[in-house]
Amino acid sequence: MKRSYFSVAVLALVVAFLYVPIVLVFVYAFVPNGITMSFHKANGEFIGFTGRWYAQIFRGDYALKDLMQSFWLSLKVAGLATLVSCVLGTTAALALHRWRGRLQSIHHALVYTPLIMPDILIGISLLMLFVACRVDCGFWTILIAHVTFCVSYVVMTILARLQDFDDRLIEAAYDLGAGPWYTFFKVELPLLMPGIVAGGLLAFTLSIDDVVITSFVNGAGTNTFPTYVNSMVKHSKNLPSVFALSTLMLIFTCVLVGLSKLITGGQQQQKKGKTK
Amino acid sequence: MSGPGKGKRAEWLVTMPSFAWLLLFFAAPSLIVLAFTFHGHTANGGVGEWSLSTWRELVDPDYPTIVWKTIRISFEVTFWSILLALPCAYATARMTKRWRSLLAGAIMLPFWTSFVVRVFAWKTMLHPDGWIQACYHAWLHFKCWLYAWIPGVGVPAWAHGGTGDCLIGVAGCAIDAAKTTMIDSELAVVLVSVYSFLPFAIMPIYTAAEKFDFSLLEAARDLGAKNFYAFRKIFIPGVWQGIVSAVLMVFIPAVGSYVIPQMLGGTECVLIGNKIFMRAIQNRNIPHASALATLMAVSVLVPLAAAMWWKRRQTVRDRRRLEVRTAQLMTGGEAQR
Repeated sequence: MKRSYFSVAVLALVVAFLYVPIVLVFVYAFVPNGITMSFHKANGEFIGFTGRWYAQIFRGDYALKDLMQSFWLSLKVAGLATLVSCVLGTTAALALHRWRGRLQSIHHALVYTPLIMPDILIGISLLMLFVACRVDCGFWTILIAHVTFCVSYVVMTILARLQDFDDRLIEAAYDLGAGPWYTFFKVELPLLMPGIVAGGLLAFTLSIDDVVITSFVNGAGTNTFPTYVNSMVKHSKNLPSVFALSTLMLIFTCVLVGLSKLITGGQQQQKKGKTK
Repeated sequence: MSGPGKGKRAEWLVTMPSFAWLLLFFAAPSLIVLAFTFHGHTANGGVGEWSLSTWRELVDPDYPTIVWKTIRISFEVTFWSILLALPCAYATARMTKRWRSLLAGAIMLPFWTSFVVRVFAWKTMLHPDGWIQACYHAWLHFKCWLYAWIPGVGVPAWAHGGTGDCLIGVAGCAIDAAKTTMIDSELAVVLVSVYSFLPFAIMPIYTAAEKFDFSLLEAARDLGAKNFYAFRKIFIPGVWQGIVSAVLMVFIPAVGSYVIPQMLGGTECVLIGNKIFMRAIQNRNIPHASALATLMAVSVLVPLAAAMWWKRRQTVRDRRRLEVRTAQLMTGGEAQR
């Protein structure tokens, strides 16, 4: 069969294009001058690389206090938002899967519309709500906003899982004398777990990366990691540290994903061996 | 089936948590935004009395230009994303399974780094005294260091400024000059937007391409179609649903984007998103920001509704065709013909 070399070449170029900023983040984490972000002096002389930005992170330098604070806040918000949106998302997916009718069609519209709304509209409408209710923006408003835009993604993921769910298993549980709650917690929930975990992971990624919605509802002085970085447009002296921290995070995520692949891969191998 | 009972009460119980949450934090705020547009604003950043003054202010000659610019840039970004995504999806779908999962991973991996950090990296690179110049100087440095290691040679006078260096230097200067015009420009915004949204264009098209029957292309070629002709006439209609979703996946965030133009657009490229943020946070003119948000919602919803309508018409047409065909088969009309 004739292969299309043109499309393969485009693909290679696009993948390279996608990695440009990753390489830049890696390289600029070693930049000697954090204010001009350049590797050379004003007269053009090359200075060299430095590891002091990494050292700053590992030392817990005072200059990075705000950065580290925003980083931990991001993790906290993302963790809590994931938890809440998983609970809400599971109940919503179950309801949408089990019942049809007017209530569910409105419910369906409510769940799906946030997916097609630009982030900025969700952000500003939540800000308007908090203004109208005279609520001061801070940690809780950020959390509410994050749950609101994560729920829809969780519902989508779980619904996809529910589509090839064998309802006869539930009937079997009932026939064997299990009550509704018992069936739910012992049969349905464990079977849905992979979907819930996948949805939760998606929610966590979205939440930890969100800048647009957060920058509307964070209030003065409360910053998550993305909004902190975004606010550095004006004063960027910590930029190399941000790049160093991002490199560390990327390596950490890669190791984590690699490990989980290794473990699940091993399990699958085991399963295969068992069925044989 | 499952869970606590099956009755009406059970339905309400299971539906309520998410229903109430979204009603309170998604539907109600949208209505509040709409209501605020019919208010004036007070000097201390509050919301004033009912009035039409906000809508009257929107007649400001700036706004039509900004709306038009936003839509034009969003279309440009969508166009380039789809143009690049099509061959990518095609190439990926034709690979072996092992390569496909590897590539999917390779495309997603850059997105584990924070979006803002990646945009910042672009900004650093596009900055006039950025990396090209740095590379040039690093190269000179490396060369001197190399010569210093060769025993008995030392650093010759011509180590700086050989023909090769001159060429690199000229190229570097040219690129740096190009970049001087590049930061704070529309071009930078389009480039980085395409970069950011490209995976969202590749994924739906790739999903559609996976189900595509590639032997059709071969058949077309056997019948004498040229490669590109077959691609255009067979492949693109085959993955059309994927293309429509890809357009939506890119166009909607592009209209709402505000971080990219803020970082890379300078004063040259202020879009509706930036205006909304400015009015809401910096000038604290809440009604004005609401009115702009309403304007944006309309400019997103119109193309969206058009796409939905188009998609539905398509499925209706297909279904009708299927019905006709089934009827033919059932009545034996096919056999008679």
